Amino acid sequence: MTSVEDLVRHRSVLVCCGSGGVGKTTVAASLALCGASLGRRCCVVTIDPARRLADALSEGAILNSPHEIEGPWSGSLHAVMLDAKVTFDDLVRNYAADEGQAERILANRVYRNLVSALSGTQEYMATEKLFELHDEGHFDLVVVDTPPARNALDFLAAPSRLTGFLDNRLLRALLMPGRAYMRAASVFTQTFLRTLSRVAGGEIVEDTITFFQAFEGMEQGFRDRAGAVERLLSSEATSFILVGTPQRESVDDATYFATHVAEGGQHVGALVVNRMLPDLGAAVPLPDGEREGPWAELVGNLNDLTTIAQRQELLVEEIAARIAPAPVARVPLLGADVHDMYGLSHVARYLVPGAVP
Amino acid sequence: MDVAGFCRQANILVVAGKGGVGKTTATAALALVAAREGLEVVLTSLGDSGAIPRLFGADRPLAYDESVLAKPRGGGIVRGRVLTPDAALVEYLGDHGLGRVSRRLVKTGALDIVATAIPGIREVLVLGKLKQLELAGTADVLLLDAPATGHALRFLTSSGGLLDAARGGPLREQAEQVVAMLADPRRCQVTLVTIPEETPVNETVETAFRLEDEVGVALGPVIVNDCYPMLEHLEDDPRSAAEAAGVVVEDDVVRRVGTAAAFRSARQRLQSSQLERLARDLPLPRVVLPHVFSSALGPAELDTLAAALVAGIGGLA
Repeated sequence: MTSVEDLVRHRSVLVCCGSGGVGKTTVAASLALCGASLGRRCCVVTIDPARRLADALSEGAILNSPHEIEGPWSGSLHAVMLDAKVTFDDLVRNYAADEGQAERILANRVYRNLVSALSGTQEYMATEKLFELHDEGHFDLVVVDTPPARNALDFLAAPSRLTGFLDNRLLRALLMPGRAYMRAASVFTQTFLRTLSRVAGGEIVEDTITFFQAFEGMEQGFRDRAGAVERLLSSEATSFILVGTPQRESVDDATYFATHVAEGGQHVGALVVNRMLPDLGAAVPLPDGEREGPWAELVGNLNDLTTIAQRQELLVEEIAARIAPAPVARVPLLGADVHDMYGLSHVARYLVPGAVP
Repeated sequence: MDVAGFCRQANILVVAGKGGVGKTTATAALALVAAREGLEVVLTSLGDSGAIPRLFGADRPLAYDESVLAKPRGGGIVRGRVLTPDAALVEYLGDHGLGRVSRRLVKTGALDIVATAIPGIREVLVLGKLKQLELAGTADVLLLDAPATGHALRFLTSSGGLLDAARGGPLREQAEQVVAMLADPRRCQVTLVTIPEETPVNETVETAFRLEDEVGVALGPVIVNDCYPMLEHLEDDPRSAAEAAGVVVEDDVVRRVGTAAAFRSARQRLQSSQLERLARDLPLPRVVLPHVFSSALGPAELDTLAAALVAGIGGLA
């Protein structure tokens, strides 16, 4: 059986997945910190982190490219705060035939909506960013936080979703130059465009058509890139880490995750269960006559906490069984929010014991 | 404030909050409280993982068609349904002459193209559907379990955004009606859910101000979920407390009781300081829900939370 330490030492890409609010960003940053402490050159890509954690990672810099965080580790630690819009713009500039085509796309209203409106675009840009960081070869380990999604797997489907969008049959009909699209398009496409014009106004339809026309010739570049990203995500170099909390929802997520990740040929690396209550041992019986007073309250508190801790442990075992043989790391509920390097090193100690002093 | 009056304040109650704060649980508890007051409640979710039915002891995930979740004594009822943006869009396009091809729209991915070309259309159509349910008198109270905060803000602001984009046509009309509905406190209110921790409190304060400024929607009391009941003796020395109670205990027990007290005490301090900060930074009434000492939420836990909600509402001015 592997351990989280093996993953941090030997993998090139770790993708942290999980629902919103479970502490994905914290775990991602802590894993990168573990890697740096084990002597590797690490970069963590975060998406919309809480403000104070963002401040700690960026040290005031505004960045869509790696920023180095200095510290007492033998490797190196960098952080990127993903800006999906800027990443997408760069991608367009890379694949455009010339500057004119790039400018036409960047100025188009439909393009400007793409980042926020097309579901999965943010996820896609996160995969794009991690691919770029991995490909450039400056880092041994890239850890990526994923956008909050109920479904931890949206991330995996993201590259194909966007290429599917650009590859659409309807879109190909729209790519016919000028008014010719109306003649050449199928009955379906015509009905669709007429309805769209009637419902939302002709300008929107024109904008959409201009957008797809502007993209002409670039689909292949996007498709190749998405293919390369998918290959990296399914390769031995990449592991997925499911982050959850000791709640029923996490069991559902883990079950879903384990099934689909395996089906898709990717590797479940580990499960991190965050916000566990501390293990306080067995409950202490209180005789009937002793329900009042300070001692009863103190014992009652111990018993409440042990009851939950035991239920949590049962749940974690259930999740662990579903994702076995992947290892499980337990991170306790800490006394305060994690928003600085000190807090991250605290979490890191539970992920890879001994890595961070 | 009396509970029935509270539940009837607006036709639609949108419950929003950061992921992981128990927004869905709070929505379900509100639904149960309203139904116990004899009201007919429809609980809507934008997509369901099964968490809502589980709270009511049912195991089938919610569907686009309504299903009964609870029929408490008092004559009220809770029904649940999902309102997925794609389903709302297909229904809308169907109503506007695309009925025959709407299935193909989904299959060919044309929905994504529509949603990208017209930013905000998904949000407007979901809220439009909610408005349609409201005007049809489907229920006394419509509760919406909104998406997590970042998305919730976009969810509620995008109708206004669409007004800028679409200069005419039925879609603009739809957006205008949604904007009017959101701004009418008799028709729609937003309740924010948070937990007494730093990041969720920050987000709640920021979201509340932005919702008022950008949407003009009325805000109900903030629900502060997951609060540990305050204990008084956590700082007492466990050994002396045991002696005072006349019990003889092993060192191990004293140590564990002390560790548990220290843990609880730290959580309690964090909680108090965050509750104070919330009260200082956000001038809205608060209803506190207790931490439920359980790792699985079901009907028993929902009942506890509903009772706490009733007590909290009763304490509001």
